[in-house]
Amino acid sequence: MNRFSYARPGSVADALREVASSPAAKIIAGGTNLVDLMKYNVERPTHLVDVSRLPGLKSIEETGEGGLRIGALVSNTSAAYDTRVQERYPLLSSAILAGATAQLRNAATTGGNLLQRTRCYYFYDAAVPCSKREPGTGCPAKDGVNRIHAILGTSDKCIATHPSDMAVALAALEAVVKVAGPRGERDIPLADFHRLPGDTPEKDTNLGADEIILAVELPEARFAKNYTYLKLRDRLSYAFALVSVAAALEMDGDKVVEARIALGGVAHKPWRVPEAEVMLRGKAPDRMVFETVADRILLGAKGYGGNDFKIELARRAVIRALSQAAAGTPQSQTDKRIQ
Amino acid sequence: MQQTSMHETHVGSPRNRVDGRLKVTGEARYAAEYTAPDLAVGYVVSGAIARGRIRSVDTKAAMAVPGVIQVFTHQNRPRTAWRAKAYQDEVAPPGTPFRPLYDDKILYSGQPIALVVAEDFEIARYAASLVRVTYETEPHETDLGKLREKAYKPPKTRSGMAPPPPRGDAEAAIGAAPFKVDESYRIAIEHHNPMEMHASTVVWEGDGKITVYDKIQGVQNTQSYITHVFGLSNDDVRVLSPFVGGAFGSGLRPQYQLFLAVMAALELQRSVRVMLERDQMFTFTYRPDALQEMAIGANPDATLQAIRHDAIGCTSRFEDYQESVVSWSAMMYRCDNVTTTYKLAQIDTYTPGDMRAPGAPTGMFALESAMDELSYKLQIDPLQLRLRNYAETEGGGGKPFTSKELRAAYQLGAERFGWSRRNPVPRSMKEGRELIGWGMASGMWEAMMEKTSARATLTIDGRLEVGTATADIGTGTYTILTQIAADALGLPMEKVTARIGDSSLPMSPVEGGSWTAASAGSAVHVACNAVRETLFKYARGMDASPLANADIGRVAFRGGRMELMADPSRYVTIQDTMRAGGVDRIEAEETAAPSRINQLRYAAYTHSAIFAEVRVDEELGRVRVTRIVDAVAAGKILNPKTARSQILGGVVFGIGMALTEESMMDHNLGRFMNHNIAEYHVPVNADIHDIEVIFVEEHEDKINPLGVKGLGEIGIVGTAAAIANAVYHATGKRIRHLPITVDKIIGEKEAA
Repeated sequence: MNRFSYARPGSVADALREVASSPAAKIIAGGTNLVDLMKYNVERPTHLVDVSRLPGLKSIEETGEGGLRIGALVSNTSAAYDTRVQERYPLLSSAILAGATAQLRNAATTGGNLLQRTRCYYFYDAAVPCSKREPGTGCPAKDGVNRIHAILGTSDKCIATHPSDMAVALAALEAVVKVAGPRGERDIPLADFHRLPGDTPEKDTNLGADEIILAVELPEARFAKNYTYLKLRDRLSYAFALVSVAAALEMDGDKVVEARIALGGVAHKPWRVPEAEVMLRGKAPDRMVFETVADRILLGAKGYGGNDFKIELARRAVIRALSQAAAGTPQSQTDKRIQ
Repeated sequence: MQQTSMHETHVGSPRNRVDGRLKVTGEARYAAEYTAPDLAVGYVVSGAIARGRIRSVDTKAAMAVPGVIQVFTHQNRPRTAWRAKAYQDEVAPPGTPFRPLYDDKILYSGQPIALVVAEDFEIARYAASLVRVTYETEPHETDLGKLREKAYKPPKTRSGMAPPPPRGDAEAAIGAAPFKVDESYRIAIEHHNPMEMHASTVVWEGDGKITVYDKIQGVQNTQSYITHVFGLSNDDVRVLSPFVGGAFGSGLRPQYQLFLAVMAALELQRSVRVMLERDQMFTFTYRPDALQEMAIGANPDATLQAIRHDAIGCTSRFEDYQESVVSWSAMMYRCDNVTTTYKLAQIDTYTPGDMRAPGAPTGMFALESAMDELSYKLQIDPLQLRLRNYAETEGGGGKPFTSKELRAAYQLGAERFGWSRRNPVPRSMKEGRELIGWGMASGMWEAMMEKTSARATLTIDGRLEVGTATADIGTGTYTILTQIAADALGLPMEKVTARIGDSSLPMSPVEGGSWTAASAGSAVHVACNAVRETLFKYARGMDASPLANADIGRVAFRGGRMELMADPSRYVTIQDTMRAGGVDRIEAEETAAPSRINQLRYAAYTHSAIFAEVRVDEELGRVRVTRIVDAVAAGKILNPKTARSQILGGVVFGIGMALTEESMMDHNLGRFMNHNIAEYHVPVNADIHDIEVIFVEEHEDKINPLGVKGLGEIGIVGTAAAIANAVYHATGKRIRHLPITVDKIIGEKEAA
């Protein structure tokens, strides 16, 4: 860990000034990921801007449009157990509770969760090449140990995945990230928040280096009844997803009116394929249909050896998640049996 | 060994850990928690390549950081012993031990290549990140699978690790057998991952003397390593390790942080601490993988005709680490034709080492999987197959056992598990979406005893202190030694203090191999007996002693008194006795050693019968171990409470081995990549369900005066095999390469 200066601004405006004061400044809130990365010399900020006590970012409030606004500093635990979130956006609550451990969720924040970095082994190990950590050095994961790596949207330069569970649910729910920057505030739809690696794997998100997250806004609730968050991993808790699926259906009788399906653990961002979701419209929930949808989602999926199994696993997970959502029997995050 | 009658108030009864309060309140201090007024902190710089040479090390930037005291590399390290042999610790395998900072050669990825010593930890860690190293790489090989042709029989055998001689003609018998299994099996390399990371705090006492707090399973092993490597005398070096936060074998040999901390302390003449980071816990020893070929032949009546077990284990290029992988196949069952071979192949890693039941869960995974496969071919219940071939002597024709109640373990375990309700057909049991499988396996581990000394000191205030230089790695050694001592003198446990983990205490080997209860326990037992006899002599010699004509065998030591068994109203107290004898302390140091005659005459083993239930969501590849019953025959159980915990820990270890634990090697880089405990998956609470532990009555009177066999290893031995067998029963998929992860369940076809 290198030496750094530390500031604890009292307002968003001050925070923005602090962030702009140094090109190697970094925002810290819960620190559950950043501190680890600093210890491993993966992140080497020279200036830390502690936003954890900024006023006004720690509450969950109603929006004018019937949705909820979750402040950037709301802890993962507070968001997951908020009664409005539980009643109106149980998919989000479920996804958050599928992640990490109680201790980590207590410390981790909503904004920080979106900005956590990949769990790629090579990214974490400063002794080996990694184009995400050090642009241009290459990606040894492609022909190395890659059972946890991406099968969709990869590039020659990077096959890392985004590890968040929460973001997968937010993608399905079409949340919007509210950010502030030197030029004022702007909205980034969650679908556009995280990036694919392309030629610039060092950039995880479209958030500007001089911007900070204020809140995540959820549109009016629609999927409180038929939803699930199904997470498959190497042990039954405290492990990142090999594959996860957030599925949300709006039903009219036994017909699907609208479907949202987002996958985690398979790409550099939560993976959605609107064309596949459309295929469910007007259809009765049926395994054959689910299979077609799953195939469409995984169109173009590519394995790198160790993660080849993820293609079939993801396909099966989508089918199971859609079955759970259609049946109104969401996956419990405490009982580890899968329905 | 003399045996005296003894009231067992504490031995054999469940007792809380005497150190439990210290541990849960944080008062128990571990190696990295000791400090000194002038403590400097060392941080290890780890190498990046698997094989080659260090071309250059640039330490200028690191040295320029304020607070940095010195950066040690191979270029400026102080001189230490030049003979490689000096680095061979008590339990080193044959070969040339790794010598930190010895020269510019890189022997494995993660090798320590510099030590930055600074005024505090943060400075040292930061400065370490500024050390610039360039390398000249040489081709490396870390893939055991590619080295089958290069395997060799180790020229020098590690003591006790030679495969047993062949008997009969296994090749011919396998060829002739109407039913046979011939398959390959593998496990995964595992790292020990104890909760406490390896650390050494070296306190500079002046005049070349040091006190060393080391994470080690044997303080005297550390002491002799230091004296040999650094040319010091035993008087100069005291090693303490009162608490060890788990080790599982990783603390048997002194590890490189010890060398570095001592080197820096002696050179700088000040106290130095070196603690490894979690990722550096993947830069020394590990459980080796092995390429295993296992063939079993049987007659239609399910009697075994032949067993052939060949294993090639991985080792480093500098030491021939060996463990017992194949010997179990020659001992477990009655079989006239057995041949086993054990070879090694060298990969560019650190030397593998003993990890909980070294070799046994590896070999038993192959043997007990193959036995399960054979049972389906024979269409016989897997348990019946084992009973049909039960070995009444070692391997059926060898030495008799000192005791073996495995048959009772099979029976009790099966009863508790409900084995008789098992539908033998794979895929026949289902609940909801989950397939249910029931599998079983046998376990076996040597019941060893090592020569150990102990001192017992009784003082006139009625307190007893016992001491021996062994370790408690979380197993309950403090507690059982206290129980044994308390019973010997008839004292409450509160009046007894056990001291261990101090090199100045009487001689003890490293704590390992499941021999500590038998070895340290027996030593304490004989030392206390000696005190007891001296005390009794004083009691008999007292004026008008009620015990004047009594035989020690007819006297009960109870509640701080010696009383006639026939008439407990006739007694003397310990205090009165010592006062009358004019002594305020009675001290004895005694040594307990195994009976060589019995060792030659008998085979001594613990056994277990383990039954597992798994539930498998086949479509999603998910396996849950929902029930385990482990019935253990291990002689005398000193403390059923700590004993149960030992077995629970072993079973959880086995669940990890079966389903989740795997150190993943990038063969291009020659480096373990999932080097943290977020990505190296030790089971978590959610993975663990019901585990029932049964201790079978087993009368043992040949291996040591206590009749104890040890429990550290047996819990893991058959567990992975039982789970793999249960997975087969659930799914019809035979997975012969651990761990059984999602990809293997969904990728594997059903066995024909």
